Amino acid sequence: MIISIASGKGGTGKTFLATNLAKIMESQGVQVLDCDVEEPDDHLFLKPRIKETINVGIPIPDVDEDICIHCGKCSQVCVYHAITDVGAKVLVFPQMCHGCGACKIVCPVDAITEIDHIVGIIEKGRSGDINFSAGKMNIKEVAAPHLIRKVKEHIKPDVISLIDAPPGTTCPTVTAVSNTDYCILVTEPTPFGLNDLKLAVEMVSQMGVPTGVVINRVGIGDNKVETYCREEGLEILLKIPHRREIAEIYARGEIVIEELPDIRNLLQGLADRLPGLIEEVTRV
Amino acid sequence: MKIVITSNGTTLQSEVDPRFARASYFIVYDVDNDSHEVVDNAQSADAVHGAGPQAAENISRTGAKVLITGNCGPNAFRVLGAAGIEVYTGFSGTVFEAINAFKKGELKKSSGASVKGHW
Repeated sequence: MIISIASGKGGTGKTFLATNLAKIMESQGVQVLDCDVEEPDDHLFLKPRIKETINVGIPIPDVDEDICIHCGKCSQVCVYHAITDVGAKVLVFPQMCHGCGACKIVCPVDAITEIDHIVGIIEKGRSGDINFSAGKMNIKEVAAPHLIRKVKEHIKPDVISLIDAPPGTTCPTVTAVSNTDYCILVTEPTPFGLNDLKLAVEMVSQMGVPTGVVINRVGIGDNKVETYCREEGLEILLKIPHRREIAEIYARGEIVIEELPDIRNLLQGLADRLPGLIEEVTRV
Repeated sequence: MKIVITSNGTTLQSEVDPRFARASYFIVYDVDNDSHEVVDNAQSADAVHGAGPQAAENISRTGAKVLITGNCGPNAFRVLGAAGIEVYTGFSGTVFEAINAFKKGELKKSSGASVKGHW
């Protein structure tokens, strides 16, 4: 069972939900995969013991100038212009390269070999009984989808997998949400929350991933998110109240459900319902 | 010797386009015989990715050794440098004025990119 936790708007509570839900499900066998590789933060709350660090690279071209005949074919085939032949020299821009290998294929004299350009790391470990994996992209790098795909290779089929997705509706989010059994969209009852929820709903429906909505910080803003969900037939899975003490516990890097029994009960209710929800959508 | 000036139009009276890679046109001017040709830069100007390197490569293929423009980013500057093209940034005025300023030696050569990428 693979559950992605996404949102259109950032800062609505994806990490809060992923980490607290993981704690609730700890005894059932659960793993957290932090796929928000540009700013991973699940470790701040779960405080895992990291046992393994894996380098993740992208194969980029390395040109042997002694062999190169400067025909320019590598440059012409690259839609990202990551390799440029100016006649006297071939230049490679590692951050622009998507690692497709087309330049190597079209090179008529085999002047191109591929070398690994490290874009980030995956940290693996445990937090209590929670299995933990997180992608961390290196500064200056942009290949988030590649790193997210690599993090998702660590999905364990025998446990519940919670994927903390990046915010937004672009390639990194799509990569994190794709091939998951269910997507929980976290939002807040504000005009920003509603606007970005609509975009996120459009994204997941095009991807064919079943979805439900968690409204966080209920009590601020207005009720337009709820009205929208009703009109669209989107299930509201959970409403989390806007309370100062939740924010205080969270800001200390602690697990809210361990300190607030009523919030634990709310999230327990969601955890109990998830297997049934997923069974329902897969049957349909 | 050929020099390239970024231009927002197709004549020597056009204004110098302040952007290099996403300029509308390149005016390729031959200072030896005072002739010029116009290169449409739509391909790079509309590129989703890598406009800088692509435009710089196209300039190098014209055989020009000098570029006069408003601003030039780091990727383009790296390619122009490898192609042995001198870059003069910060020019504003018409293409004709740019050519005259270059002929009189009034322009100062750039030692690096004048803006960051994706400017």
